[in-house]
Amino acid sequence: MSALAHVPTSSGQPAAPPGARRGRSRLLPYLLLLPGAAWLLVFFVLPLLQLAAASLYDPSGSISTGYAMTWAFGNYPDALQQYWPQLARSFGYSAIALVLALLMGYPLAYGIAQKAGRWKNLLLVAVVAPMFTSFLVRTLAWKTILSDNGWVVGLLRDVHLLGADGRLLATPFAVVLGLTYNFLPFLVLPLYASLERLDPRLLEAASDLYASPLRAFQKVTLPLSMPGVIAGTLLFFIPATGDYINAELLGTPNEYMIGNVIDSAFLVRLDYPQGAALSFLLMAAILAIVFVYLRKAGTEEVL
Amino acid sequence: MRSPLRHLTRRGLLTGTLGSAALLATAGTLAGCGTKGAQQTEAGCKSDDLSATEKKLAFSNWPQYMDVDEKDESKRPTLDAFIAKSGIQVTYTEDVNDNNEFFGKVQNQLAGCQTTGRDIMVLTDWMAARMIRLGWIQKLDKAKLPNVEANLLPSLRNRSFDSDNQLAIPWQSGLAGLAYNAKVAKEIRTVDELLTRPDLKGKVTALSEMRDTMGLLLQSNGHDPSNFTTAQFDDALNKLKKAVDSKQIRKFTGNDYAPDLAKGDIAACIGWSGDVIQLGFEDEKIKFVVPESGVMLWSDNMLVPNKAGHKANAEELINYYYDPAVAAKLAAYVNYICPVKGAQAEMEKIDPDLAANPLIFPDEAMLSKSKVFMALDEKREKEYETKFQQVIGA
Repeated sequence: MSALAHVPTSSGQPAAPPGARRGRSRLLPYLLLLPGAAWLLVFFVLPLLQLAAASLYDPSGSISTGYAMTWAFGNYPDALQQYWPQLARSFGYSAIALVLALLMGYPLAYGIAQKAGRWKNLLLVAVVAPMFTSFLVRTLAWKTILSDNGWVVGLLRDVHLLGADGRLLATPFAVVLGLTYNFLPFLVLPLYASLERLDPRLLEAASDLYASPLRAFQKVTLPLSMPGVIAGTLLFFIPATGDYINAELLGTPNEYMIGNVIDSAFLVRLDYPQGAALSFLLMAAILAIVFVYLRKAGTEEVL
Repeated sequence: MRSPLRHLTRRGLLTGTLGSAALLATAGTLAGCGTKGAQQTEAGCKSDDLSATEKKLAFSNWPQYMDVDEKDESKRPTLDAFIAKSGIQVTYTEDVNDNNEFFGKVQNQLAGCQTTGRDIMVLTDWMAARMIRLGWIQKLDKAKLPNVEANLLPSLRNRSFDSDNQLAIPWQSGLAGLAYNAKVAKEIRTVDELLTRPDLKGKVTALSEMRDTMGLLLQSNGHDPSNFTTAQFDDALNKLKKAVDSKQIRKFTGNDYAPDLAKGDIAACIGWSGDVIQLGFEDEKIKFVVPESGVMLWSDNMLVPNKAGHKANAEELINYYYDPAVAAKLAAYVNYICPVKGAQAEMEKIDPDLAANPLIFPDEAMLSKSKVFMALDEKREKEYETKFQQVIGA
């Protein structure tokens, strides 16, 4: 930017007053923002407004008579009262999945970033490779793996971890496992990015100062990787909470999450005000959690 | 120092004003929202037929619902023969995967009396009933459908949503009944067994299609699914809820029960005849059962939506598929119930085994046990669907 501003004008005319030049360079960032902003306006903001409007429609409306705008704020408490278990379940499942994913993802990201040497790129590809196939196909594959007559369940039954009639498919376990698996790369990649930048000399310095490996991790590695942890957590938690494919394919009605309810409100029951209200409740709840989380974990690098 | 006045800079004032203006504008736009009714009338939404000048037809159907050549999957013998005979170029698209999804896809156009770009679409009874109720479907000219007049199965005539057989013509029909995998379960004969037998616990699925599951349950209570009261519906729903709460029922499915039944993850289920017959070809232990209390008969119907530009071409195709010889060729491939009388005799020439199969050509005994689910008005449809969805978990 500043380089541009100092280019002398080639014409013999006296240069334009500095204010004008600065004005244009001030405008440039906004011009650069324009395509993205226009895209967001058309495909995000407008649909969002439409959805906000739909959530306040008269709930007694229907497709054939149309929906009147009656500012029916009662849609929100009604929807919440009816479907709070599914909403709570969504947050519960994705929180458990998040903890599992952190336990698995952190060592994985650390290993790839610091210890993998020349295998680094290969391992990174291995993390991302599953994403080359469709989300749906991968989840369906878990159905086969966890099948009642598959070898996993057979093995668990043989070692008596599962009863003779026990099963994995169609249980909360399968749903949480599916969430953990499907969103793990979203957690690992940002974690990897921040762990990769970690300077090993800092760890050497820590050990020179008589820090135990655990303490060095606590005082050096973990704080320096926090931006990655936070970004990864958000990228994992937000889509996992709204997901409905895992509950649909790997669970039963008793495991249905809020996404399943929204899906049925829009497509099956044709209750648009309720579906829209639930979408907004989900969005508000996620925003609130993210806000509190960022305040507590507070890092400027993410925002 | 931080007095409110000092804070009131020009920029602050400007942002504040702009912000409030944006909020007000948003509120104003929202207030102006609301949707118009989607109801159309024959007089209000007129469609022009361009068939005389345009030899074209756009046909939307479900996947694997049209015969293909054994050697070359891109060839469709019956459809290709129609194209050759009539000179009408048919654009055949397999873009119907789910009634509700398809409704979402075409609803805005049809609600606004605009063209969907489709001349024929194939949808299940209840969705056909809904679209007819909304005035979205064109009346066909019976004079151009002599084969339908002559050959439509009697049990599929004068259905409650199309009392004069000129709005929805069955493409294929099928039964919703019980199925089981004899490798993992003993024979089942009744719906009650499915919902209560202890050895099946957690290995049972039912269909998320409300009409099929609830129709079978209504029948198991001795009620008639083609004519029932809300109290009777609630009774049947309670029965279903007990089976869900006791964890007898593992989940509610669409077509996806089929691979699970084949693997044995599911021992018994409520399923569709065509799927189960096809599984039965590969594994004879998988069997379809018509419960003693009765079975549900459904159809997927050919509909010509408003503003479809080629109604006469569509009628020609519908009439063609009601020629028994053509219908038999199609039925030999899809294995659902063939809605065309006389196709059974034609099937004798193709495959005598299939011709004798009561799940493709149902006999009188089978048909007397089968019922079509009642057409519901909008209010009851929403009420029942909501109650049902609550029991099945969403």
